[in-house]
Amino acid sequence: MNGTVISVSNLVKKFGSFTANDNLNFEVYEGEIFGFLGANGAGKTTAIRILSGLSEPTSGEVMVAGFNVKKQAEQIKRNIGYMCQKFSLYEDLSVRENVMLYGGIYGMKRQLIRERTQRLLKRLNFEEYGNRLISDLPLGLRQKLAFSIAILHEPKIVFLDEPTSGVDPVTRRQFWEMIYETAAGGITVFVTTHYLEEAEYCDRVSIMSEGKIVALDTPAELKKQYMVNSMEEVFIKIARPQKY
Amino acid sequence: MMIQSSGITKKFGVTQALKNISFSVNEGDIFGFIGPDGAGKTTLFRIIATLLLPDEGEMTVMGHDVGTGFKELRKKTGYMPGRFSLYQDLSVEENLNFYATVFGTTVKENYDLIYDIYSHIEPFKKRLAGKLSGGMKQKLALSCALIHRPALLILDEPTTGVDAVSRAEFWDMLKKLRQHNITIITSTPYMDEALRCDRVALIRDGEILTVDQPDKIRDGFSRKLFTVKAPDKYKLINGLKSYPGINAAYPFGDSVHITFKNDVFDTAVYDHLKNMGIHNVTIEETRAGIEDRFLDLMENKEINQQP
Repeated sequence: MNGTVISVSNLVKKFGSFTANDNLNFEVYEGEIFGFLGANGAGKTTAIRILSGLSEPTSGEVMVAGFNVKKQAEQIKRNIGYMCQKFSLYEDLSVRENVMLYGGIYGMKRQLIRERTQRLLKRLNFEEYGNRLISDLPLGLRQKLAFSIAILHEPKIVFLDEPTSGVDPVTRRQFWEMIYETAAGGITVFVTTHYLEEAEYCDRVSIMSEGKIVALDTPAELKKQYMVNSMEEVFIKIARPQKY
Repeated sequence: MMIQSSGITKKFGVTQALKNISFSVNEGDIFGFIGPDGAGKTTLFRIIATLLLPDEGEMTVMGHDVGTGFKELRKKTGYMPGRFSLYQDLSVEENLNFYATVFGTTVKENYDLIYDIYSHIEPFKKRLAGKLSGGMKQKLALSCALIHRPALLILDEPTTGVDAVSRAEFWDMLKKLRQHNITIITSTPYMDEALRCDRVALIRDGEILTVDQPDKIRDGFSRKLFTVKAPDKYKLINGLKSYPGINAAYPFGDSVHITFKNDVFDTAVYDHLKNMGIHNVTIEETRAGIEDRFLDLMENKEINQQP
């Protein structure tokens, strides 16, 4: 078994009397593609905020990339990457400027940023787009670029929050190929999605419902366990939406 | 005919948002526009809702031109934009009453129409709209769009960002609305929702790729399609892509969908995969889905666009 990059034990997060995360326990391994699923309002975002050092747990032990989220939140932020669908890049900066900016934020040396920028543009066949404004790029390209920037500093783990939402089917698949490559290179990918077909691309999947993890296994095992043919059916069986 | 559109174009600065859009929507249908972000779905819906004029082309809704007939049309159209746009600082009940009054009607008069939807949020009618959960906001927005008993309901991406369970519930609500003789046009980036519609248009980059019943769109996939499975998917995809006899290979859930260059099953592919260390491969012929066809149409478009 590879090393553990995330280890969560008895994680509880309360907002007043509301329990958003109700005693979560799980581990995520090096180079794994881990799908983090759940209905809207199940508590996924709360958990991701804790894992990325943006929010403190009410109780429980959470280690990410070798650091404790309570005591070493700043080190965690330096050792992870994060990308979400809604906000990723500055539209009024060019491709190159965005890369430089994030490299600077991650505290990378100038020379290293320059090298990685070249490598990144080359890998995406983006060389001629370096000076284009983000606002001039189609959504699909932006998402691929945002992902590349999220792993610019070669973090141990990258969090992708609905990275393919609204993206066309071809780009969505190219995006997943980037995810596979990234994981094969040893970076752990922690991903959320509403496309349950994409859950099948993950090594392991957890499903949250009402603050709890109600299932965690490989897609094949989950399908076997619930005696269905797709992750969509697994999801519909167990991820009950919130009651009003 | 509920909507008749021919040759609609719309430009914003240098961006061609819609190119020569032609389609028609039958009365009583659920008609879906399926396509990714940036395809032009919202622009098109704003034109149908008489909120935006096209640069060129003609569109009539219920026999009225969208440009000159807007006063008549707005009385008969319900529009739910993609972004929640009710008054957040009014209560559930106040929002609903407000929309009823604007359209010169009352909640009571049309209660039967919204009952199925509104009854879920009625226990919270004193709550401010801004304090509702996502699912409840959506039910309120739908109730408000229906409160004047429109003949045409326009829903712009009602299920985007919504989980699979809630999406299924939403579609059940739409199915029930059909009993009231309301034509519904909706848009979505989720290809699987096409099967819930009577007719659909696949749309991308401001162009309609095809319009038809979902089953006919699937049947329009002209090649033999195979589904390939193996334990290591990443290796499998790379293995298939490196085989010269394969026309296209796209991952689909736990398998990869492939077509062959000569459209015949080339059994040598097994050996090729084995040589690459990929074992336990199964290949079966399968029926194309909407997404297969969408990918196919996108590919053909790109090939045709090469100079």
